[in-house]
Amino acid sequence: MIKLIAFIDRSIYARSVCDHAAWIAKTVDGSVDLIHVLGRRNESEAPVDLSGSIGLGARTALLEELAELDGQVAKIKHKHARAILEDAKKIIQRAGINQVSTLLRNDGIVETVQAFEKDAGLIVIGKRGQNTESDESHLGSNFERVVRASHRPILVASRDFNPIKRVLIAFDGGASAMKAINYFAKNPVFNSLECRLLNVTDPSDRAKQQLESATKLLRDAGYTVATTMQAGQAEAVICEKIKTDNIDLLLMGAYGHSRIRNLIIGSTTTAMIRSCKIPVLLFR
Amino acid sequence: MNTNLISRFRTEWFGNIRGDVLAGLVVALALIPEAIAFSIIAGVDPKVGLYASFSIAVVVAITGGRPGMISAATAATAVLMVTLVKDHGLQYLLAATVLAGLLQIAAGFLRVGYLMRFISKSVMTGFVNALAILIFLAQLPELINVPWLTYVMLAGGLAIIYLLPLITKMVPSPLICIIALTAISIYLGLDVRTVSDMGELPSTLPIFLIPNIPLNIETFMIILPYSAAVAAVGLLESLMTATIVDELTDTQSDKNRECIGQGIANTATGFIGGMAGCAMIGQSMINVKSGGRGRLSTFCAGVFLLLMIVFLGDWVKQIPMAALVSIMIMVSIGTFSWSSIKNLKLHPRSSSIVMLSTVFVVVATHNLALGVFVGVLFSGIFFAWKISQIFLVTSHASEDGTERTYIVEGQLFFASAENFTASFDFKEALEKVIIDVSNAHIWDISSVAALDMVVLKFRREGAETEIIGLNEASETILGKLAMHDEPGALERLLGH
Repeated sequence: MIKLIAFIDRSIYARSVCDHAAWIAKTVDGSVDLIHVLGRRNESEAPVDLSGSIGLGARTALLEELAELDGQVAKIKHKHARAILEDAKKIIQRAGINQVSTLLRNDGIVETVQAFEKDAGLIVIGKRGQNTESDESHLGSNFERVVRASHRPILVASRDFNPIKRVLIAFDGGASAMKAINYFAKNPVFNSLECRLLNVTDPSDRAKQQLESATKLLRDAGYTVATTMQAGQAEAVICEKIKTDNIDLLLMGAYGHSRIRNLIIGSTTTAMIRSCKIPVLLFR
Repeated sequence: MNTNLISRFRTEWFGNIRGDVLAGLVVALALIPEAIAFSIIAGVDPKVGLYASFSIAVVVAITGGRPGMISAATAATAVLMVTLVKDHGLQYLLAATVLAGLLQIAAGFLRVGYLMRFISKSVMTGFVNALAILIFLAQLPELINVPWLTYVMLAGGLAIIYLLPLITKMVPSPLICIIALTAISIYLGLDVRTVSDMGELPSTLPIFLIPNIPLNIETFMIILPYSAAVAAVGLLESLMTATIVDELTDTQSDKNRECIGQGIANTATGFIGGMAGCAMIGQSMINVKSGGRGRLSTFCAGVFLLLMIVFLGDWVKQIPMAALVSIMIMVSIGTFSWSSIKNLKLHPRSSSIVMLSTVFVVVATHNLALGVFVGVLFSGIFFAWKISQIFLVTSHASEDGTERTYIVEGQLFFASAENFTASFDFKEALEKVIIDVSNAHIWDISSVAALDMVVLKFRREGAETEIIGLNEASETILGKLAMHDEPGALERLLGH
């Protein structure tokens, strides 16, 4: 029994996160924990008092006043959040998953991932959160932090859920790509999916060998696999392949490089997730 | 780690820009009278306190461990330096400030922040009350033997400060108080004491300078006691204020980083001609109340303060002292914990004694560190006394009356050792005594010695004695220290 953790918020991605989670839960016969995080308290919500005077018992009075204000805001937020969670729960139950639970946390998403991923098999999040909806090509600000903080495979839900039939595995022979292969090999329940292995590299014997052994692993687990080796710029080649082959899900290793490198030359992972319009299953 | 740091940096500095800038402005206005008043307490020109408030606020904003807390020149540190200025002059004050900063940095690296746990709620309340009283006492020279006009202005000032917020909360009432009283006194040409009577105001931005003192051991020995007291008081007030801001904003702070930050701020301040300071409880409350939460609020407070002083200096000079005194009275009243008076009756007497002793020692010595020391001492003694009550000895004799079992329960340590020894009846003639300490805890050498003494006394009366049920902790301390099992133990014990 695999437990999935799905993070939902007020964004339009919540619906798609639920659909993706339901699909995986159904495939692997798993349970779903829906989590909504309220994040840190937003300070600017307090009404402004610029009188600059402090009267009798200022400290106690101020503490009570602030607690009261925060309490009121929190209550409203809780109400909204519970409604979101209940809706999400219904979506997943309607998809035929019975084991669904909901959880509301007063914490940041990264901290929550770290606290709850221990007994989870897979994490589902949306490409963007409620605060970054406006810009289409912008990834949520928490996205990279979540992926880096986690040790589990992460399914990044696209804006809409489409039935998943064909999978592309971006294979570079690295450790995290091998994790992706092994994950599929160990969970043959996915073998109704049509697999494409793509290695973007200059052809060499070593690369060919790696690709062959990965293919063998998958074939032994009952998958139908097609392999391609192609030279070029990774992001462009993968995107092209997704379009021409009507791929529904991309599997790849994530953030293999240091943050410093990413800061300077940018990360393939971030660029990939941003430019392709399909869900991505990330392995670290 | 990297992105965590960046995102923390962003929240701490730019998470609340509007609130922080506005609050910084309100705080800067309230800092002016305080910086001037505390310079006067220390016996130096207002310039020294104003430069200090600017520099401490700006540096702590960057280096401190508690975003949203206001640090500047304070009453608590100013009162400690009065005699230094009187006997040796300003240059020694600056040198003492630098040294105090260095001591605080050292304390930060030694992680004294963790010692805050020994400061109980009662000591903190006592500290806050003592501070409020100190601030009020500092205003007395402006309140005694002054023309009657001062009292009228004072009453007017207080009325504005307390009544204006009932009408509007969009303008800082201390600012209106200053403007109104200054305008009235200039317009009517009133003959009252103004800021210009107090000494020189800064007309330029501060510059770097090295205190002009002979660099030798003698100088060091002169400033060391002052620096040590300033460093201790500064850290105490800063860490307590940090705790208060933690509570108010429901967030966490890094206490050891705060120690180092305060140290860096004081060191830097000494080199630009400012006096030592620390965090301010009253100002920090004003900041939080005005919506300030991030480092930007502290930074803005410092910058606005300097800008106002340098560019509005001619106007600042004409502010009547009565206006500043009424603001300081407000700060004093706001800082005092009035509920603690009501709680004197409700709280256990021991905590009331701790609170009051802290206040009395501070008011008597003008040294907050001494007050806290006495408060912590008393709370330690009271705690030891209370724990020493959790202790019981029961006993039962065998049927033939030759054997008795004593059952000891509870905490055995220096404070309960005497009661422990007194619980045994050595007059009873017994053949065998069993002391069961399986439910007792032996903490220190005093209780080990007491147990030894009891065993030896029984042996002396001719009874075989056996101790059973020493738990592990007791066993280790007994195993190391006890001597009743060794030959000749009795002679040695009695020989002492």
